[in-house]
Amino acid sequence: MEKQNIICIACPLGCKLEVEHKKNGIDDYIVTGNKCPRGKDYGIKEMTNPTRVLTSTVKIKNAHLCRIPVRTKGEIPKGLIFKCMKEINKVEISGPIKVGDIIIKNVLGTGIDIIATRSM
Amino acid sequence: MVNYDVVVIGGGPAGLAAAIEAKNNGVNNILVIERDRELGGILQQCIHNGFGLHIFNEELTGPEYAERFIEELYEMGIEYKLDTMVLEVSPNKTIYAMNTTEGILNIQAKAVILAMGCRERTRGAINIPGTRPAGIFTAGTAQRFVNMEGYMVGKKVVILGSGDIGLIMARRMTLEGAEVKAVVELMPYSGGLTRNIVQCLDDYNIPLLLSHTIIDIKGKSRVEEVTVVKVDENRNPIEGTEKIFDCDTLLLSVGLIPENELSENAGVEIHPLTGGPVVNESMETSIEGIFACGNVLHVHDLVDWVTEESRRAGKNAARYVKNQLASNGNIKKTYAGYGVRYIVPQQVRVANIEEKLHLMMRVNDVYNSAKMVIKLDDEVYKRIKKNHLAPAEMESISIPAKDLINRSFTTISVELEVEEA
Repeated sequence: MEKQNIICIACPLGCKLEVEHKKNGIDDYIVTGNKCPRGKDYGIKEMTNPTRVLTSTVKIKNAHLCRIPVRTKGEIPKGLIFKCMKEINKVEISGPIKVGDIIIKNVLGTGIDIIATRSM
Repeated sequence: MVNYDVVVIGGGPAGLAAAIEAKNNGVNNILVIERDRELGGILQQCIHNGFGLHIFNEELTGPEYAERFIEELYEMGIEYKLDTMVLEVSPNKTIYAMNTTEGILNIQAKAVILAMGCRERTRGAINIPGTRPAGIFTAGTAQRFVNMEGYMVGKKVVILGSGDIGLIMARRMTLEGAEVKAVVELMPYSGGLTRNIVQCLDDYNIPLLLSHTIIDIKGKSRVEEVTVVKVDENRNPIEGTEKIFDCDTLLLSVGLIPENELSENAGVEIHPLTGGPVVNESMETSIEGIFACGNVLHVHDLVDWVTEESRRAGKNAARYVKNQLASNGNIKKTYAGYGVRYIVPQQVRVANIEEKLHLMMRVNDVYNSAKMVIKLDDEVYKRIKKNHLAPAEMESISIPAKDLINRSFTTISVELEVEEA
């Protein structure tokens, strides 16, 4: 049995959730402290498979700045954030780039691309 | 002297939305003046996501949000000048500006929209004692260095102030390999949005020290350590609670100030609490034909609300140019009652309201379970139940014009009715 305390961010209320994981043959999650069903979903997701959009920059040549902002086109597992940063930091591109251009395809086999978030 | 119908000062999110909306409302002769080398304003350095949920119904990064408006501005053929600094706006709407290619510019506008944004409070504004080494930055300056210029500003970081930029920078510095030792907040609650506390601090196990402040900075050429201390309910340091943090960088996220030098010189009346111009329902300042919107008017937490407000300013500037705005008449006032820090707009001319009157406000403390009571003079117009109110989150109320038009009153007030927690 493990417990985790999580602040819900489904809305600005910020409920203090306690998510309890019970293993009685099957996985069972009990969420307390939530004031709405969205809090329950959020609590379970955070406990089982937390994901995030990662934003950063990559080096760019032939542009008016030396960094171009990028993001994951979708959420990646939270545990892969620092590995993904390493991949992003290896890249160096050259302008012109359009917003939405793919900078890294299928990063770390997640099925998620890293895309440029501005034209430069 | 060159003539324009509408001149917008500032090419950030407020200026872009205002210019586009003025054009949408039938004014063609528009100029946007921007002092930076590109349009988009501070959004260009806000590379994190979370922008546009209300306006576009999707989560964009700052540069993506900006680019949508910049593209629209290009497509509409709205004129703009970059690297151009406005020096003076006169009450009769003459604008003196300069740049390196055209020299001094003398521009006459029928309407002016002030959209200069805000700037950060610095160490000097909060008087932190200690030496004056390198390594002390405002969070936004550090953000620009890291995200646009490609310079890492430090390795061991303490952040003072838990405003959103400070929280965002705590995560950003961590991702780029720095160790963020703590975010220190003077108040007993954070000045930032909950989602930023969770996703920027909790995700990376960065401690948030509420009711703490920094009382000393040490370091010869570079920051070497800061002294953090707990404060009492009057925000005075408690002796004996000092903790030394070994760090090379201090980031400050201690508030934003609307940048109103131009407005003040023009003679625009400034509100003591918002730090921005006093405006009416049409976002018009105390000088007829000079409008204001975005962070120069009052500091927002979401750019989506800046866009919405700026569209109103742009539209009304167009109405003013076309002589569709009733300039005088019966002026009502708004009044921030118990628990409400300020309300924008401060003045209302009911005849000019199209469909709805929009009131934006901030509360002065954290309230769980309260009612916002809207009154027309002493009569309660409406009670709105709120589960959660915080100074970090701007509240807005819309009142249909039909509810105001045929009623006699002088003041619209909003106050809180607080139930016991």
